[in-house]
Amino acid sequence: MSPPDKRSRSAAYLALQETALQEQEEHAETGGPVIHIGLATCGIAAGALETRHAFEQVLAERKIPARIHPVGCLGHCYAEPVVIIDHPDSGFPPIFYHEVTPGKAKMLARLFLEEGDPRFEHVYGAMKPNDLIPSVMEFSRFSREHRVVMEKCGRIDPGDLNEYIAEGGYRALDAVLRMDPGQVIETVTASGLRGRGGAGFPTGLKWERARTAFGDKLVICNADEGDPGAYMDRAIIESDPHQVLEGLAICAHAAGAGEGGIYIRSEYPLAVRIITRAVEQARQAGLLGKNILGSGIDLEVTVFQGSGAFVCGEETGLIQSMEGRRGMPRHRPPYPVSRGFQGRPTVINNVKTLAYLPLILQRGAEWFRSLGTEHSPGTAVFSVVGDVVHPGLVEIPMGVTLRTLIFDICGGIPKHKGFKAVQIGGPSGGCLPESFLDIPIDFDSLTEAGAMMGSGGLVVMDEATCVVNVSRYFLDFTQKESCGKCTFCRIGARHLLDILTRITCGNGRDGDLEQLERLSRDIKQGSLCGLGRTAPNPILTSLAYFREEYETHVQDGRCPGMMCRPLTAFYIDLEKCARGCDACATCCPTDAVFTTSTRKKGIDLDTCVKCGECVTACPPEYDAVRRVSPAHLAPVVERPAEPVESAADKPENREAP
Amino acid sequence: MSRISFQVNDRKISAPEGMSLLGACLNADIHIPHLCYMEGMTEPPASCRLCFVEIEGRREPVTACTLPVRSDLKVRTDTPAVRRLQRTALRLLLSVHHVDCKHCIANYKCELQRTARFLGIGLKPKHLDHYSKEPEVDDTHPHLIHRPNRCVLCGRCIHICESRHGRAYIAMARRGFDTVLTFYGSTDAIDLPAPDCTACIDVCPVGALESKHGE
Repeated sequence: MSPPDKRSRSAAYLALQETALQEQEEHAETGGPVIHIGLATCGIAAGALETRHAFEQVLAERKIPARIHPVGCLGHCYAEPVVIIDHPDSGFPPIFYHEVTPGKAKMLARLFLEEGDPRFEHVYGAMKPNDLIPSVMEFSRFSREHRVVMEKCGRIDPGDLNEYIAEGGYRALDAVLRMDPGQVIETVTASGLRGRGGAGFPTGLKWERARTAFGDKLVICNADEGDPGAYMDRAIIESDPHQVLEGLAICAHAAGAGEGGIYIRSEYPLAVRIITRAVEQARQAGLLGKNILGSGIDLEVTVFQGSGAFVCGEETGLIQSMEGRRGMPRHRPPYPVSRGFQGRPTVINNVKTLAYLPLILQRGAEWFRSLGTEHSPGTAVFSVVGDVVHPGLVEIPMGVTLRTLIFDICGGIPKHKGFKAVQIGGPSGGCLPESFLDIPIDFDSLTEAGAMMGSGGLVVMDEATCVVNVSRYFLDFTQKESCGKCTFCRIGARHLLDILTRITCGNGRDGDLEQLERLSRDIKQGSLCGLGRTAPNPILTSLAYFREEYETHVQDGRCPGMMCRPLTAFYIDLEKCARGCDACATCCPTDAVFTTSTRKKGIDLDTCVKCGECVTACPPEYDAVRRVSPAHLAPVVERPAEPVESAADKPENREAP
Repeated sequence: MSRISFQVNDRKISAPEGMSLLGACLNADIHIPHLCYMEGMTEPPASCRLCFVEIEGRREPVTACTLPVRSDLKVRTDTPAVRRLQRTALRLLLSVHHVDCKHCIANYKCELQRTARFLGIGLKPKHLDHYSKEPEVDDTHPHLIHRPNRCVLCGRCIHICESRHGRAYIAMARRGFDTVLTFYGSTDAIDLPAPDCTACIDVCPVGALESKHGE
């Protein structure tokens, strides 16, 4: 399909586009600086609201004619709150500022907006190539990404429909509405788009099945993102909600559905607000509701809030939840495309899958196929978190290796530590060691390695991580989130967790590892739904790739990552400890640090809770606190019977403020 | 309605179209362990995970209750893979079951006893820790005594209650391992449609529900 030309656009769309472009022109004519502030949840958590307030205050106080432009998430979590200042009169290109605190905001408003001094020491980079300031595109975190689905994220105001339309939004829908549904499905099938919710099912095939199914059809956007450490769906909804809505409308037309729903978790209050408002705006503009864009096609969209059960992200659980029942998955088949919500054929697609659609329909299947690999075309959005220098959302073409993603794009492991493992696909995914860093990221390679694409959570772990403890963490999560319906998941996952907890507490028994393996295999095969079937993946992969670490836990009571508290102990290296220094003693919450007869420090292992505060408190020039595993390796320093008077105990010091 | 014949363990059996494989096998006196399935269920919950069988051409064992009969089916009900899954499932159920058969109303007619005998495993599984729920007895219901540590959460009581009274007066509450039966806090007999209905007690495979008013 070639991009639709102007003649093929409907009158209704052209009217909307004109209004949108007019608004843009008005803004351009007003001129003056524009301050773009990232106000998605991640930005707000980092203090972006306070930053905006500070800007507002200074602009009002000093009557600076600048406009604040709230935008969504750029995906650069390490730099939040992010502000981009576009001040054309200063002669500088738009400048990206990172970690803009209210103080920094006030300073920038005065010095840059009023006096034209961009404060080079605070500049992160310029948004356009120029001769004055290095462009952000010179950093691999920016240049190696390939933004497709997140193209508009962080650039447009998610609350303003006109901005989306001015960027060419809803043009694909306008064209699709006058196409035959079969032709739309053909394009999507030809593009090779696979569901981005995790399983990677071909989207075109799903729609085809729904279209041929009999009954009153329904399309649902699955925005019940629940993996720990994954937040790309939230970011997309909070930054570019109309792209998702447009995708939903395209999907509805292709499948022949007159009703649509957005199932979004209520723990995303801002995303719920933004998508609800977007639905309302689209309805008022005639992009949803009755007779969309004068095409005679109807689509009513409702927003449905989930109540916090992870398992409701599973499509049959999601349907139960929407029907007002306890969110428990049921056996498939029948698949929702033949019998879903209230028995009607239901197409359920992930947020990202839907967000790709306007682009595929506009630019063509060939364009989409030109990205990524043969069997996994397109891009992948990852939320890279954990021990990396530049965490955040990264969109890369499929087929890029894990090494490129973690080391080249996200800056590698901080604090000069070594890489240990990466958990891909959240609690359903697998834990891959360094030898897998060169595998390409696509649906099939990851599944082959024992992990899975999942929804795109990627947790990087450095050498000071205990994989047993990490597995325990994920099992604890899935065990709590199991719906409790089927035997394997309900009881089996609990046994797995129990064995892992035992091992991390140093009470591992002979045969525990074999038991873990056996039980994991059976749970994987015997469980009813995807949650149970993938829950043992973290254990199975970490046992396969880090078995010796499990063995040292069980046999030697040693935790190589020094993470399992019961297996470790702190002690103070008396060679390095400075006489008279009280840094560790004063911060210890349980008074486990005492003064030895030589006026150095020792740790009472019976009282110590191993919080690690003393490690942080010990001045780097002494660096005297050591952690060892197993715990009995810590040298025993006797606490003197009579407390030795330390500097802090002297009356003259105690008074000190 | 037309009948379909297919092969189970070298035997040819037949069943009406649309019937589940489990129902067909049970009718033909081929025993497949099961707890949550009841005759006449249109959509079995498939939650007990005991009725596994192996179908020729499929990589993994599947639950017989969710599979409609087809003429090309070649079924084996006793392969090592099937038995392994069944034994694990039963051991898991027993690891949270208060085994005290002597004092249990279901003694000698208990499905767990029967299944354990069928699969050849003891009632106290080795290698698995035992967990109990609190409280041992839930007697908040006006007519029923519920023992969570006997319950296998098969959901039969919920199913029968719904089909008898149009809506279920029993449901599952909480999540994951803590899932229990609940009576919506209905402590008052007026909330209930039929005080003398004992359908749930009758269908319980293990004696987790008991009448407060005796037999």
